[in-house]
Order: sequence, then C-alpha cells, then structure tokens
Amino acid sequence: MQNVINALILGGIYVLISVGLTMIYGILRILHIAHAGIYTLGAFLGLSFYAATGNFWLSLILSVVLTGFAGVLIYRYIYRKVLDKEKIVSLVISIGMFTAMQELYRLIWGPYKKPFALDLGINDIRTKYFVLTQHQILILTVTAVVLLILYFLMNYTKLGKAMKACADDLEIAAAMGINVEYVISFAFFLGSALAALAGILIGVYENNVYPTMGSSVSYKAFVVIVLGGFGSLTGAITAGFLLAFAETFLVAWKGFILPRDAIAFLLMIFILIFKPEGLFRRVTR
Amino acid sequence: MTLDYFFTVLTFSNIFIILALSLNVVMGYAGQVSLGHAAFFGIGAYTSAILATKFGWGYFPSLLMSILVGAFFGFLLGLPSLRVKHDFLVLTTIGLNFVVVAIFKHIDFFGGPYGIIGVPRPVFFGKELETGGYALYTGALAFLVILLMIYIEKIYLRYGFEAVKENEDAAESIGVSVPRFKIYAFTISGALAGLAGNLWAYQMGMVFPDDFSFPVSISILTMVVLGGVGTISGPVVGALIVTFLPEILRPIQDYRLLIYGIIIVLVMLYQPGGLLGKNGLLRSIFKR
Repeated sequence: MQNVINALILGGIYVLISVGLTMIYGILRILHIAHAGIYTLGAFLGLSFYAATGNFWLSLILSVVLTGFAGVLIYRYIYRKVLDKEKIVSLVISIGMFTAMQELYRLIWGPYKKPFALDLGINDIRTKYFVLTQHQILILTVTAVVLLILYFLMNYTKLGKAMKACADDLEIAAAMGINVEYVISFAFFLGSALAALAGILIGVYENNVYPTMGSSVSYKAFVVIVLGGFGSLTGAITAGFLLAFAETFLVAWKGFILPRDAIAFLLMIFILIFKPEGLFRRVTR
Repeated sequence: MTLDYFFTVLTFSNIFIILALSLNVVMGYAGQVSLGHAAFFGIGAYTSAILATKFGWGYFPSLLMSILVGAFFGFLLGLPSLRVKHDFLVLTTIGLNFVVVAIFKHIDFFGGPYGIIGVPRPVFFGKELETGGYALYTGALAFLVILLMIYIEKIYLRYGFEAVKENEDAAESIGVSVPRFKIYAFTISGALAGLAGNLWAYQMGMVFPDDFSFPVSISILTMVVLGGVGTISGPVVGALIVTFLPEILRPIQDYRLLIYGIIIVLVMLYQPGGLLGKNGLLRSIFKR
C-alpha cells in the first residue's frame, strides 16, 4: 500500500514535468533537454520567494508564473531562430543551455543542497497500512487539481483545441487562421510553469534544492514521452504513472540488481526498438 | 605550466580528437545522431583495464581487444539503428549510455562505483612510456586516424554513407544497401572509440564509471558540432577547443562551464554548420 502511494507521487511529478516536453515535442519536434533546467529554476525561485515572504502559496504562484515566462523567452529568443535549421542544431543548443543554466544556478545559489522546510499545518494521516505525510497530501492534491484543469483546458477551450491542431500540423493550423506564434508561446509557458511546479513540489518533498537536481530527471522525462508516444498528452500522463509504478515495484522486489534509472532506460530502449510509436498511439495523426 | 602538465593535456586532446572523429563517422558521414558515444569509449577502456589488471595481458593484445570489442558493440548498436530513426535514435543512444554506466557501477566484475585501479603504464620494447612519450604515441595514433578519415573520404564507402545520410529511401531505390552502410559506420565508429578507451585507461591508470557518463557524450558531440559535422578538420579543431579552452579559462575557473554552455549556444545560433563547416567563421578565414 505504501508502495502505491509512493508510486502515485512519483508518477505525479513525472507527469508534471513531461507535459511540457511532450507538448513542445508535439508542436515543434524539438527535444527540449533544457526543460530540466526550467524545472530547477522553478524550485530555486520557489525557495527564494518562500524565504523572502514566508507565504508558501504566494511564492508558489509567483515562481510558477515567472518560470513560465522564462520558458517563453527561451522559445522566442533561441528556438525560434533555429526552427528552419537541421534538428541537431536545436538539440545541441538545448544541451548547451542546460549546462549554462545549471552553472548559473550554482553561481547564484551556491553548489550545496539547500533545505526547503515547509510546514503546512496539516496533520499526517497514519493508518495501520500506510502513512501519508502532509507533503505527500500536498503533492497528490496539487497534481490531481492540475490534471483536472489541464483536461478541461485541452478538451473544452479554444486554446486547447488550437494546441492540438498545431501538434497535428503546424502549417495547416496556421493556414486555418490559428495564431501559431501565440499557441506555441502558450505551450512553452504552460509546460515551463508545470515543470516549475514539479520542481517546487519535489524540493519540498525531499527537503532539498540543488543546481544539478534536474540531471537525472531531464532524461527520465524523455522515457515518459517515449512510452506515451511522442506528443500525446494523455499518453504522457498514463506513461508517467505507469513508469512510476513499474520502477517502484521493481525496486521493491529485491531480485533486480540495476538501479531504477537503468530500469527506466532499458524499458525505453525496448519500446523504441519494438514499438517505436509508444504504448499509446495518438489517435489523430 | 609544467611540461608534464602540458603533455597530459596534449594526451587528452589526442584522445578526444580520436573520439570526435569516430563520432563524426556515424554523425557526419552516415547522418545518424548518437548521443551515447561515451558508452563505447567506456567499453573500450574497461576492456583494456580488465584485461591488464585481472588477466595480466600486455599492452598490445589489450589494445587490439579494445578495438575489437568496441567494434563489436558498435555493430550491435548499428542493428537497432536500422529500425530506430532520428529523434528515436538519439533517445535510444542516451538510454544506452545510462544503462552501460549503470552496469559498470552495479556489477562487481566491473569494480562497482570505485572502478578498476592499477592499470600499469604501457611498456614498449621493454621500456615504460613516460608522459611525454605517451603524448607523442597518442598523437601519432590521432594522426593515423586522421589519415584513415581522409582515406574513407576517398573510397566508395564515402559515397554510400553520403547516400544514406541524404535520403535513405532514395539511396535504397538506387540500390545502395542502407543497412550495410549504417552497420559499417557504427562498427568503424565503435572500433575507434574502443581505441580511444584503451588510450584513456592506460593514461589514467584507472577507470571509473563516471568517466564515461552522459555528460562525456555531450562533450564529444559538442566537439563535432562546434567544429563542423561531416568535415575532418572540424572535429579535430572542435576537440582541441573543448580540451584546451577550459585550461585557458582556468583563471576564471568558476565561470568556465557557464561560458562553455554559452559558447555552444552562440555558435549554434550563428554558425549552425560549425566553425569549420560550410560558411563557417574559421573556414572563411583560412580560405582567404
């Protein structure tokens, strides 16, 4: 039972990070590795605002919005200039940005792990079968709420439909009168904001924030979008939870010698070789 | 800067020239982006280190084995590349890199997280090579690899690679066997990375899993792309820049990775073909 809760939490975090990646890949076909840098930025901003104001919810909103705009800047001033170039160019740029971002955080906030201690004033839920700490309650609620909003946004608003249209075919979408620039910027904003949210939640949950916290996450998120079928939002959400469950239970089962990251990547390689369209193919193609 | 220190940096740059050129075979010639090149580098290094310390093999036999094992694993990665393309291949190779490092780290035979220590210095004709001699030796090998590249560009192999790179379907339709040339490229690339691994193991005297982790793949990729994918001079100059730049930037050490990242972004924004590629900055200077 405790494993189920842990997997749900891990899955929620994976989903929050992957949503942005899968949207960006879906529309622009860019492997946005610097997304993990955005995630770290969110965590650091959240921590700094919290230290300055003492109000968690205010700093959460502030840092999520600011990080969202940072994502838009990355698109406007960097990716947009190389969209017509070979794809390796945007990939290398993304890697370069990720390196520079991690270094920048190290210079600003220092290389050490910083604690992110937060008391929400909620009591832990303790039963005979499982323990649910206040931070776990926080993560589960926030993820659930965000996923609901996302579901509504993608399916019942014009903007969500426009995003889907752009993911299907950018040029046709533009020809149909959709303001493509605006939609792409919004995708970067939303994706980066969700990544920032994930960064803050993880920071609180593990009680530390540090410059290289994005390193392993960045590539794990790609495992999620591969499993989910590139560019598919529901696929990414399902895959995020699936991966979290697979990892948690394989690690709990002691027979497996390799660490959990290796499990994820082995899984990804097998999927790519034998089922390259992912587990959940996009319905519209 | 002492002479020994200079020779050490020189050796590293020689090793990375070989690595950059080997990645260039896959990326520049055959057009297959691999982001897990450090895995082959590591496989070569571990082969030599294990043979030298656990089985007492001499330098040249283990050098040969490193190359062969590297080629074999290159061949193995060539197989999925027949099915997995573009971004999918990029992700496959990233995954491969993580898996290989995890295997080095978690299986006792490979020494676990502490790696393998005690690789002896190479002995040539009964004499141990010092840092200076080793720098010369690696330099000679790097030179041989450059000659090999010039040779590849001259023979039919180059045309096969080019056809695969430009358009796989079109190449197939005029009778170029795409699988064959992809496998060739990956095998040659793996063999050269294995060679570089051997040189690394004997230079360091030890191997650690983290020496072959994903960031190393990134630096190799950076060398190739910075200099110019598909050229010979590009990866060589790229390797020189990437190994010497941090040494030159040492006085402002705290900022060097930041500057490194920014340089990569700027070069890609304004010189997407690399410094020595088509319309590259350095190329136009040399042409004048």
